[in-house]
Amino acid sequence: MADDYIKVPRFMGGPAGWISILFPAALFIYFAGLLPQIAQTPVMRGIDWVPSLGIRLSVILDGLSMTFALLITGIGTAVTLYSSRYLGDHPHYPRFVSYLLIFMVGMLGLVLADNLISVFVFWEVTTISSYLLIGFNADKAASRRSALQALLVTGAGGLILLAGIIVLGNIAGSYELSEILPQGDMIRAHPWYLAILLMFLAGAFTKSAQVPFHFWLPNAMAAPTPVSAYLHSATMVKAGVFLMARMNPALGGTDVWFWVLTIFGGVTAVFASVMALRQTDIKQVLAYTTLMALGTLTMFIGAGTHYAISAAMLFLVVHSLYKAALFLMIGIVDHSTGTRDATVLRGLGRAMPLTALAAALAALSMAGIPPLVGFVGKEYMYKASLGLDQGMIWVTAMTFAASALMFVAGGIVALKPFRGQLAETPHKAHEGPWQMLAGPLVLGALSLTFGLMPDLLGEYIVGPGARAVYGPHEDLHLHLWGGLNAALYLSLATFAAGLLLYLVHTRIRSALTRIENRNPIDFDAGWDRLLDGFKAFAAWQTGLIQTGSLQRYMAVIFGAFIVMVGGTYLVKGAFSGLPGLSQAEAHPVQWTVLALIAVGSILVVWTHSRMTAVAGMGVVGIGVSLIFIIFSAPDVAITQLLVEVLVVVLVSLVMLRLPYLPRRSSKNFRTGHAIIAGGVGVVTTFLMISVLGSDFDPRLTEFFEKASYPDAHGRNIVNVILVDFRALDTFGEITVVTMAAIAAYALLRGVKKAVPDDEREA
Amino acid sequence: MELLLAITIGIVVATSVYLMLDRNVLRFLFGLVLLSNAVNLVIFAAGRLTAGAPPLIADGAYAPDGQIANALPQALVLTAIVIGFGLLAFTLALVYRTYKSLGTVNSDEMRLAEPEDTHK
Repeated sequence: MADDYIKVPRFMGGPAGWISILFPAALFIYFAGLLPQIAQTPVMRGIDWVPSLGIRLSVILDGLSMTFALLITGIGTAVTLYSSRYLGDHPHYPRFVSYLLIFMVGMLGLVLADNLISVFVFWEVTTISSYLLIGFNADKAASRRSALQALLVTGAGGLILLAGIIVLGNIAGSYELSEILPQGDMIRAHPWYLAILLMFLAGAFTKSAQVPFHFWLPNAMAAPTPVSAYLHSATMVKAGVFLMARMNPALGGTDVWFWVLTIFGGVTAVFASVMALRQTDIKQVLAYTTLMALGTLTMFIGAGTHYAISAAMLFLVVHSLYKAALFLMIGIVDHSTGTRDATVLRGLGRAMPLTALAAALAALSMAGIPPLVGFVGKEYMYKASLGLDQGMIWVTAMTFAASALMFVAGGIVALKPFRGQLAETPHKAHEGPWQMLAGPLVLGALSLTFGLMPDLLGEYIVGPGARAVYGPHEDLHLHLWGGLNAALYLSLATFAAGLLLYLVHTRIRSALTRIENRNPIDFDAGWDRLLDGFKAFAAWQTGLIQTGSLQRYMAVIFGAFIVMVGGTYLVKGAFSGLPGLSQAEAHPVQWTVLALIAVGSILVVWTHSRMTAVAGMGVVGIGVSLIFIIFSAPDVAITQLLVEVLVVVLVSLVMLRLPYLPRRSSKNFRTGHAIIAGGVGVVTTFLMISVLGSDFDPRLTEFFEKASYPDAHGRNIVNVILVDFRALDTFGEITVVTMAAIAAYALLRGVKKAVPDDEREA
Repeated sequence: MELLLAITIGIVVATSVYLMLDRNVLRFLFGLVLLSNAVNLVIFAAGRLTAGAPPLIADGAYAPDGQIANALPQALVLTAIVIGFGLLAFTLALVYRTYKSLGTVNSDEMRLAEPEDTHK
């Protein structure tokens, strides 16, 4: 980002910079030291993490995870060194390197973990750190949008992946990869295989940005350039590819696997290469070429032969080397000239010779020109695709198209900006500082070294990697010159096609722009519509449920009571089998009291006078206390009477200051409310009838009767229960009443101040 | 008697529910008072009804003599009455204060926290 341009950097970015550079460098040396050993036999270690759930913090270091670990730490070192200068005096630089280190640890954990649950946890760590890094320039709305988009797309895929992991773990009886992978035959034959496969692929395809989930990756270029180089081309976006490679022994080799991966991968590769030509921002060109690489890797892992897997492992390394270098290079150019526009940049070669050298090495590798390692990678992809069954010739065709377009992209990115007459740019072009040049130059040099000595790569990286993914097999012999064969002719044809396309690429670009403007399918806009749809749905359902209307809430509560209790009665057929009640005659006093209660409560509903309503409530309260007296509860009756008097007094007091009730009219009667009210009443009555008709369990009552005097020395059993057996409850009750009193006091105390002057006069 | 009591409880519950569905918080409050009475009756009756035998132990005796009323629901109802009163007193204060501050007893018009237009 041009506006992150550094004027007076601290040396290596201060302590934060030192730590962030030394950490990956030390790990890189450690992993590199293990290389000869791992090339022979994988190493596994582990400790229990959550033993009750079968989650172990176990590590598997084989050819595949070793390749990734070296890429993560090696490119990590280059990127952190680069960042120490690129963002070294940014006020949030320490925060930036913290995110970067969190990501590094997460990514290492993801590739090294042997337990699928840990894999998932680390997977999400990389998702979250990617979110934080894309949104690092949080003051820009575009950054925030891109960050959220990446988080939601990859996060959703991650959740589906978790479901797949759990199903797979249940079938295999373990979450340890080392125990799952050998059961491949059983898993592939299992009825749940297809579901598991699709769930794993949902995670892998979102993370590795396969069409149609690709749109977040070009947007993720809102991140500072070192982040794009590291997360969004060399490492994190390859996590999906890693997952597919890792699961190949368990899930791979079926027809579904082959077709889904090759089709999605192939379409992504060709679509992305074409889109790359459409871009004018060089960083966007690189983003689309990254998509192409991810598609190609997916396609070759899907193809599944030993040759194809080896080609994928080789291309994985090849791509990381050149693509990280190119991203870092374009960061230097951007930093130096203030622009990344391919239509503007010209003739930088003189002013920035070292940058041009790094760009040339990387771009030659991307274009697949000998003697760079990119040529070797391309040759082996051609050989692998030609080795597939007849009728799979379209894999070769896809590879051919993508490679030719890569050739063009290489020219756009690294040839055109450096050739010819120096063009006018916002800043005057000058060479970058050594911290920023070191990474791209070393990576470029590695592309050249491995191109000249491909066996080095073959013996230590590609061979062990392919063995980890495919299983035991005789290693490929990698060489730069494979003799005159079909792959070589294809390479020559690629160069010819690429050269031709490069010459007319500006015309292709304008043609693509015209097509794109007319194309109704826009994934990015579709994403916005999807999010807007979600928000509208959330607003709609919140409005539906959370209306803020007390009436509506009460109706829902009472309605639920009717449906659930009444519904249970209906389902269990309890209405028909209500138990018979005792036929004891009701004494005239008793039914008179009951009638009083009923009339009183109906009066409260019926009246529009507040005084009558209070009187009705009083009748009900006194009626209830009479019931208590009749049925042998003198203490309760006394309390009820006292409370009832207090209630009437309080309500009357408050009512003096409240408005009158609205006049009763036919409009006030609400049929819906009456139906709900009647329903609750009927259900309650049936509930009471069945309670009273069922057998009574007297054990608790008998205990209190027997223990009351001997244990608590009280002759009034009710009192003994309250103050002795359930004394803590009574204490709680006193607390509640006290709190209610304090709260009421607090509410009423300030009331005068709250009344506006004009209202008080009125 | 039990059947009559069950029906009476049903009537009181129905009237209180109808009142609690009202927009006017004062009517809502009346519903609350009636409902707590009805619930107290439910608890009381669930312990079965015994007339004329309060749960007391005679002087000199260690345990009650013969069939007496169930003491446990009585204790529970006593607690419930007092708690219900606390709730009512607090709610009354709240209604009063709300009216003084917002100038309305209509629950739909009390939208200080959630103004109407936020739902659009």
